[in-house]
Amino acid sequence: MVKEKELLRVEDLHKSFPGVKALKGINFQVLSGEVHALVGENGAGKSTFIKCVMGVYKKDARSGGIFVENKEVDIHNPDQAMKLGLGAVYQDVMMARHLTVAENFFLGKLPHKAGIIDWRSAKKNTDKVLKELEIDVDSSSILGDLSIAKQEMVAIAKMYSNNCKVAIFDEPTALLSTEETDILFSLIRRLRDKGMGIIYISHRLEEIFELTDRITVFKDGTYVDTVRTEEVDEDRIIELMVGRSVEDMYGLNKPSRGETVLEVRNLSKKDVFEDISFDVRKGEIFGMFGLVGSGRSDIVSSIFGAEKPDSGTVLLNGSEINCKHPGDGISRGIGFLTEDRKHTGLFMELSCRDNTNALSYRKMSRFGVISRKKEAQNADAFRDKLRIKTPSMGQLTKNLSGGNQQKVVLSKWLSNDSDLLIIDEPTVGVDVGAKVEIYKLLESLLHQGKSILMISSYLPEVMGLADRILVVSEGRQMGIVEKNAYSLGNFDDEQKFIKLASGIV
Amino acid sequence: MGIGKSITNKINQTLKRSRNSSRSSVIIVAVVLVVLMFYLALSSEVFLSYGNLFNLFRSTSIYGVIAIGMTFVILTGGIDLSVGSVVGLTSILTTMMIKNGMPLFLSIVIAMAAAVTVGILNGIIIHFGKVPPFIATLGSMTVVRGMIKLISDAKMITGLPKEFSDFALKASLGLPNLFWIWLLVILVSWFILTRTIYGRNVYAIGSNEESARLSGISISRNIVYVYATSAFLSGLAGIMLASRLASGIPTAGSGYELDAIAATVVGGTALTGAKGGVLGTFLGSILLATIRNGGVLLGINPFILEVIIGLLIVVAVIAQRGSK
Repeated sequence: MVKEKELLRVEDLHKSFPGVKALKGINFQVLSGEVHALVGENGAGKSTFIKCVMGVYKKDARSGGIFVENKEVDIHNPDQAMKLGLGAVYQDVMMARHLTVAENFFLGKLPHKAGIIDWRSAKKNTDKVLKELEIDVDSSSILGDLSIAKQEMVAIAKMYSNNCKVAIFDEPTALLSTEETDILFSLIRRLRDKGMGIIYISHRLEEIFELTDRITVFKDGTYVDTVRTEEVDEDRIIELMVGRSVEDMYGLNKPSRGETVLEVRNLSKKDVFEDISFDVRKGEIFGMFGLVGSGRSDIVSSIFGAEKPDSGTVLLNGSEINCKHPGDGISRGIGFLTEDRKHTGLFMELSCRDNTNALSYRKMSRFGVISRKKEAQNADAFRDKLRIKTPSMGQLTKNLSGGNQQKVVLSKWLSNDSDLLIIDEPTVGVDVGAKVEIYKLLESLLHQGKSILMISSYLPEVMGLADRILVVSEGRQMGIVEKNAYSLGNFDDEQKFIKLASGIV
Repeated sequence: MGIGKSITNKINQTLKRSRNSSRSSVIIVAVVLVVLMFYLALSSEVFLSYGNLFNLFRSTSIYGVIAIGMTFVILTGGIDLSVGSVVGLTSILTTMMIKNGMPLFLSIVIAMAAAVTVGILNGIIIHFGKVPPFIATLGSMTVVRGMIKLISDAKMITGLPKEFSDFALKASLGLPNLFWIWLLVILVSWFILTRTIYGRNVYAIGSNEESARLSGISISRNIVYVYATSAFLSGLAGIMLASRLASGIPTAGSGYELDAIAATVVGGTALTGAKGGVLGTFLGSILLATIRNGGVLLGINPFILEVIIGLLIVVAVIAQRGSK
């Protein structure tokens, strides 16, 4: 093994915003050839820390220094950080979606001869890097046509080609399937073996234990501890993060299953999914598991009315429904929490109050005129009930953390008093504390006699919470597995689900 | 600056209650406006005279009404370039019908119906035809202008009854009639945008159309409503203009779309949608008019004035982004 060399050291970093001390004395170190996890609940200061290191924010004057390979540096902007060998891959890949991979690679510095772009060399050099990192992408394809996972890998390769020494990954797997995550991990390991230092931020502790060598924990803007991954377990990390130990997160106290609420019979949509049949009963969490692109979101969208199926019937409480647009689903008491809250769930530029009430204006208005009192009452009630952390519900939604944004989306659907709640990836990008709260909320909904149809690509979650799990693979129904047929944490059972979802019977 | 400060405070308080208007932008515009008015009051004796202010408010009212409609459109993330042509349309239609002996009220109703039809068609083309608003309304702007010239044979219509032209000249309770109309439009629009379901839908669609669709908001209906609202208000402005000029002019309203967009944007409404409101547009309209008026009073070269106004539009947008 190469002798571990220190690549980046941060000493006593402070960062204040008007009225808030976001970072209070952070220490951090990355060695060459290590994957170093950075964990903490939302609001712990991870993102602020990264932005200080990358030169997006200016650190407070009283801070200690930032050292790159033992030399103190003063980073003013991301460009400079890049030149020093620091690179970051953000949650949503920020590149030019309409251009080719090769163009993206050389954006702003395309090779040219006398002002005429040398496409051949651009393509050749791009292919070389992609090949070296064993990334299966054609450099002449349009970036936007690639899957999110591939786009992410292109971003990583680009960073690598810029002689990056320390690579920062901020929730890179949030939008990836299990399969894609594995491919990403092997890429990260390859980078590590080439002597890079990796900073890895994720809410998924399983990933952190699979991938990283050391873990640093932040809490409320302070540095808690750095530990060797092999010397701790999940419970210990959660304890460090939240300051209390989390008992079995998935252990919900559910009511007994009641009558059938939703029946889906032979639902099909050409080239997307076919012959899907299942039913959801009162008081249960019905799970749906499948890889990204398996058609699972399209199936539930078709029930709700956001997509049109070609054939099949949907019955709600025994009578056939045919939702042609989302308004139909909503008026029949179906709620649909989409997987991408930023793009299909929230109104980021509007207040939490407006988001919470978006579905309920009819109830709180007369002749189209909305009662402000009722609006405020409803929003405040949900803030208290779901413990949404915001100074006021008038706050713009984009200023909230992921977990709190998710609570706002939940408030929107709960305001409408939906009897059947379809939740697609309810805890993506949500920290452990908020996750537990969301699970407890689901529990109380079940006790109110509601039913939940939950999609999750995160196996422990769906195995832990659901009463039954429907597995889909490439639009085909692979079977419904009852809870007593598997146990949480059993490796063989997990493998069984993954095989089913991959279409291997 | 004690008075200036107390005015800003007052505006601030009012705005705290109006929820969706982006407060900081509106305050910036308000402060700039107050400072400018102080300066003009000190450096020109005429500025604060009743006659000057009367004219200022009367002439602002016409494009101010259009700008309010434009605000609805821009809040959804769209744009309406056809407003100037709709001004011309109602101005010609109303005056032609009056001239041919049709009752005043009926003439106005028919002209307004034609205007709203243009707006509805804009909305339909944009939503169902999936044509970008810029292109769709650029098209209807040209089509409508051509139709006006066909109908009127590109000739001015004059010799209108006095009762029609007197309306714009006269005042009620000391303020120009046209200004009263504008105030009424602002008040009603403000109420619609902040207190009604339709208003909330406008902001929701501007913020995120897909989220809005999945929340059961009918995108098609609201988009059509919004362009119809804009056309309705432009049509109203066309009749106000015809009354003020005591004639129907085929080229009336040309270029008004740009004034309306400028007032809206200077007033803090973001072209990307969901941010802003009619109070900002009101202040933006007054600010632009005051600069023009002040320039004339101070004898500033009108060409230089044009340069200043152009720069102001750009600076206003940059300042608002900075204040975010």
